[in-house]
Amino acid sequence: MAAGQSHHLYLHADTPVHRLPPQCKLLSLIAFVLIVVATDPERFWAFALYLVLLGVVAVAARVPLRLLLRRMVVEVPFVIFAAALPFLSEGERMTVLGLSMSADGLLDAWNIVAKATLGVIASILLAATTEPRTLLLGAQRLRLPHLLVQIAAFMLRYVEVILDEMRRMRIARESRAFVARDIRHLPVVARSAGALFIRSYERGERVHLAMLSRGYTGTMPVIQDVRGSAAQWALAATLPAAAITILIGGLL
Amino acid sequence: MHVPDGFFTVPMSLATGAVAASGVAYCLRRARDELDDRMAPLAGLVAAFVFAVQMLNFPVGAGTSGHLLGGALAAILVGPYTGVLCIAVVVTVQALFFADGGLTALGVNICLMGLVTVLAGYGIFRAVGKLVPRNRTGVVIASFVGAMLSVPLSALAFTGLYAIGGTSSIDPVTVAAAMGGVHVVIGLGEGAITALTVSTVLAVRPDLVYGARSLIGPSTLRTASGELVSARPAEGAHRAAPRLRPFLVGGTAAAVVLAGLVSFYASANPDGLERVAADFGFLSQAQDHPLGNSAFADYSIKGVDDERLSVGLAGALGVGISLAVGAAVTWSLRRRARRRSGAATIAEPLTPES
Repeated sequence: MAAGQSHHLYLHADTPVHRLPPQCKLLSLIAFVLIVVATDPERFWAFALYLVLLGVVAVAARVPLRLLLRRMVVEVPFVIFAAALPFLSEGERMTVLGLSMSADGLLDAWNIVAKATLGVIASILLAATTEPRTLLLGAQRLRLPHLLVQIAAFMLRYVEVILDEMRRMRIARESRAFVARDIRHLPVVARSAGALFIRSYERGERVHLAMLSRGYTGTMPVIQDVRGSAAQWALAATLPAAAITILIGGLL
Repeated sequence: MHVPDGFFTVPMSLATGAVAASGVAYCLRRARDELDDRMAPLAGLVAAFVFAVQMLNFPVGAGTSGHLLGGALAAILVGPYTGVLCIAVVVTVQALFFADGGLTALGVNICLMGLVTVLAGYGIFRAVGKLVPRNRTGVVIASFVGAMLSVPLSALAFTGLYAIGGTSSIDPVTVAAAMGGVHVVIGLGEGAITALTVSTVLAVRPDLVYGARSLIGPSTLRTASGELVSARPAEGAHRAAPRLRPFLVGGTAAAVVLAGLVSFYASANPDGLERVAADFGFLSQAQDHPLGNSAFADYSIKGVDDERLSVGLAGALGVGISLAVGAAVTWSLRRRARRRSGAATIAEPLTPES
């Protein structure tokens, strides 16, 4: 899992990509990833072109390459899984670098690594150019149930607080010379988790009461209008449009 | 456990997306009944807790550590409906903000980690809870078993989905073996830490453990003269235990849709085992199954000419038949249990607060 600081994910800047309304970016991203997943893995050049497209977006949004690479660590477990595929799959065998592997498995591994990498890069670009709060507003405009959006908003608001609480507990444990080393220390860690749950739940009750006293009626007021203009929708549509051109161009 | 893009085909992503969306929508409605306007802040904070606790590494031994998935834990602590919502929100936030798990695989991830882990974990928790003594120890034992089994079950569900709509031709038995072994061990850790966490919360705030609500008796007051009076139960303080029927109906619908829709698309490719058989050249020697002449032989239906349609129908019917058999067994067991105990416990009606 990535680091817990959601505000560290956002890269403040003022570029056309940052200014796009969040719902445009969300739909554009989902369409792009769906097109990538639908692409035949044997069309290697198509994936290279998709990568170029994302590179153009990254340059336009001024997202540094180093940040992209650092956040791509999340896909490592599945890359390992993919690396095992050529040896586990059946089918025609071939020899690469003196190792016998399945040709089909090799293609499958490529398929997973290529598509997962493109998906991860696209998601990182979205998170780096959109503030979490605005992204939730965009989700609400896309008619996601507002209760679900509210739960997500509360989660993002308080996840830092809860993580801090967990950090303080760890420091308290360690200052008493406790370090979880083997399975016999599990009860101590679990007790911390239990205490963390009680504190989170009680904080939730307090937050609810505080909100009631400020006139909360079950819905949050929308104070920021994130309506997208036709020009912005058109700009956001260029990414999936370019991707689908590549997909169809390959079929002809 | 977060599946990235590229693992599943587009039809599979869309099918699981539809199942996840309807499951979450259903839980949203039921959870709103449970928590009314406290819903958003409380579920949000619990989701933040699940997110944090997934980062809490616990030692497994030999220098390795694992982390909690938290589905069963959330279900036992805050109830299955709210639990599904919390996990779904956590998974979505991880996909959108942390690029952890693909966007097209969001449906798969919500199905596996939200629906399967929470529902299987909570279902087993309730079932085991009926067998063990009705006290704190019983609740802790039931949480251990529920959480422990929820992990390999979720891995099994992944294997099933992967065999049907995965992008690779790998033999499902290999995947099952590889996933199963690891996840049984992970499940042991999950079970232990879930049980210990539940027992901690039970010791401090037993009223917060949704799965142990039946243990809380009415509060008693000691009057000035020293006599004990049982207090009137607070309005809405005791939430009724969720009924099982909605789960059964929802689960059945999801299973039928998945089996029918997905096998409709998957039937274009031969299934993994048949493929192995073909590769090793023993398909031609294969004896026909004793049921070879039955209506469902080779998962297609006689009299339906379109091959893919018939395979899809057979998938849906297969699920229906296994469910019918399961339901018949459960029903007869329940009848016997009811006759023995005489009176069935009556769940208190739901009274929303304020």
